[in-house]
Amino acid sequence: MAINNPTRETTHLKREILVRLIKSFLSDNFEENTRKIPFDMRPKGCEVPYRCCIYKERAILRDRTIAGLGFAIEESEDSTLLSDMASVAVKRTQPEENPLTVLQTACKGCVPSRIYVTDLCQGCVARPCVNTCKFGAITIKDGKSHIDPSKCKNCGMCVQVCPYQAITKIIVPCENACPVGAIEKDENGMAKIDFDKCISCGKCVNACPFGAVHEKSQIIDVLKHIKAKKEVIAMMAPSIMGQLPCSPEQLKTAIMKLGFSDVYEVAQGADVTTTNEAKEFEERLEAGAEFMTTSCCAGYNELVAKHLPEIKPFQSSTKTPLYYTAEIVKREHRNAVTVFFSPCVAKRREALQNQNVDYVLNYEEVGAWLIALNVQVQTCEEKPFNAEASAEGRNYAVTGGVAGAVQKMLPEDLPCHPVIINGLDKQSIRDLKKYAKNGMCDLGNLIEVMACPGGCLGGNGTVNNYKPALKQLNGYVEKSKSITELSK
Amino acid sequence: MDKKISVKVCLGTTCFVMGSSNLQELIDTVPAKYGDKVDVVGVPCLGLCSIDWEFSKAPYVKVDDDVIKEATVDKVLKAIDEKLANKK
Repeated sequence: MAINNPTRETTHLKREILVRLIKSFLSDNFEENTRKIPFDMRPKGCEVPYRCCIYKERAILRDRTIAGLGFAIEESEDSTLLSDMASVAVKRTQPEENPLTVLQTACKGCVPSRIYVTDLCQGCVARPCVNTCKFGAITIKDGKSHIDPSKCKNCGMCVQVCPYQAITKIIVPCENACPVGAIEKDENGMAKIDFDKCISCGKCVNACPFGAVHEKSQIIDVLKHIKAKKEVIAMMAPSIMGQLPCSPEQLKTAIMKLGFSDVYEVAQGADVTTTNEAKEFEERLEAGAEFMTTSCCAGYNELVAKHLPEIKPFQSSTKTPLYYTAEIVKREHRNAVTVFFSPCVAKRREALQNQNVDYVLNYEEVGAWLIALNVQVQTCEEKPFNAEASAEGRNYAVTGGVAGAVQKMLPEDLPCHPVIINGLDKQSIRDLKKYAKNGMCDLGNLIEVMACPGGCLGGNGTVNNYKPALKQLNGYVEKSKSITELSK
Repeated sequence: MDKKISVKVCLGTTCFVMGSSNLQELIDTVPAKYGDKVDVVGVPCLGLCSIDWEFSKAPYVKVDDDVIKEATVDKVLKAIDEKLANKK
């Protein structure tokens, strides 16, 4: 299975809507052309690819467009026209607080998660399911196993022991993917996000086969500033270097063609993070600490704040690469509007808490924008970056990259044993809890935590598949200078 | 000897974002599967996306002169198989 979010029908739809939204913003009648998006995508008489009828298709596309305009689909009135929402969107001065929204018309209302006995049950004599169940939930009725839902605890033991593989666990993909139990069905059977629990890791966005979980886009807000001829500066996360079929220097030109006045590499800020974090690690060990965890992943930082306060004392207080980059940009361009190009939804939360970061776009949105303006990245000329970032900073995008960079900056005699948490799930969260409780980690002393498997290249907002992205990024890292060389 | 079948996977910006990032594997798997009967290359923009609103049908792949819209790995392999069968 692919690590990140390969293009599927649902991502294709989301991206198509973004391109159409951008094109309509740039047209002479934004409101009206936005209202027509569902009708342009499903004109009279066209085939109906996914839903029961053309009307439902259009209704769902309308709701997806609401997310593209940056609003919560749950809170919108069905009777409000997209054109009216478009005119509200351009007047908005700040992005909304919670970055995700669920499209309930696309949410199928999957059957609730439970253990289910299929027709394959042979009603065997050994009855391992009955004997294994600790809760007495299984009885034999009419010669077949029967589960009493009021007693079943969903432990799945019966699934494992059935010699016919006749018992199965029905899962709800979004609930199953969420590591913190923040998304579940409401009383109507539709998925709903509890934002007090949500860590914005974006796993539900990838998991839902109906594409029902959307990010609230900030594309209109950014377009508005560009149109107003403001100084708008892009800050590109290291993972973007593996996303599009071009060199990083060509990408810089492509982004300036969109109207940005300058482009910074967040790898530049990553070098500050590396230096500070190495120093902090050394100090902590000298003070007797058993271990330290990294603090650059926004999904992990949200996890610590909402679910794992006990690990906070062990988490590095060094700021993220985005933090330092935004600080540099605002120092050099005091009045600029700053836009972070992000691989994931979690960074939207981080940006809301940092006044130096005004907006966040994911790579899907950046890609859609390039499509809308027909910018061919491969044919762009190369523009060098103003500041040079290190190989280690550029490698932050890959799992193990952060710990590797910190290790490089440590004195050689300092005992450093990196432990890599490659993706947050229920098990890795239990592990972190255990380390915090014991005050130590038996596997090592520098714990790098990445919410996404594979690191940022596995983020929910990425465009390229993991493997080719990694290959491309590696090429860039290899030709970069090392941080020790640069800091001389 | 027969002329080789030519497969062109568009890696222009539009096709790449709309899904040809998924098709990159063809560049490795097709030669392994068909040997020297098929030539497969990734190419810059084929120019098919810029006509009207045709970006929505991206990614595009060309198998000889036939254009495959909304291309997937399966669709491309099927088109190659059909071409090879017709040649026999």
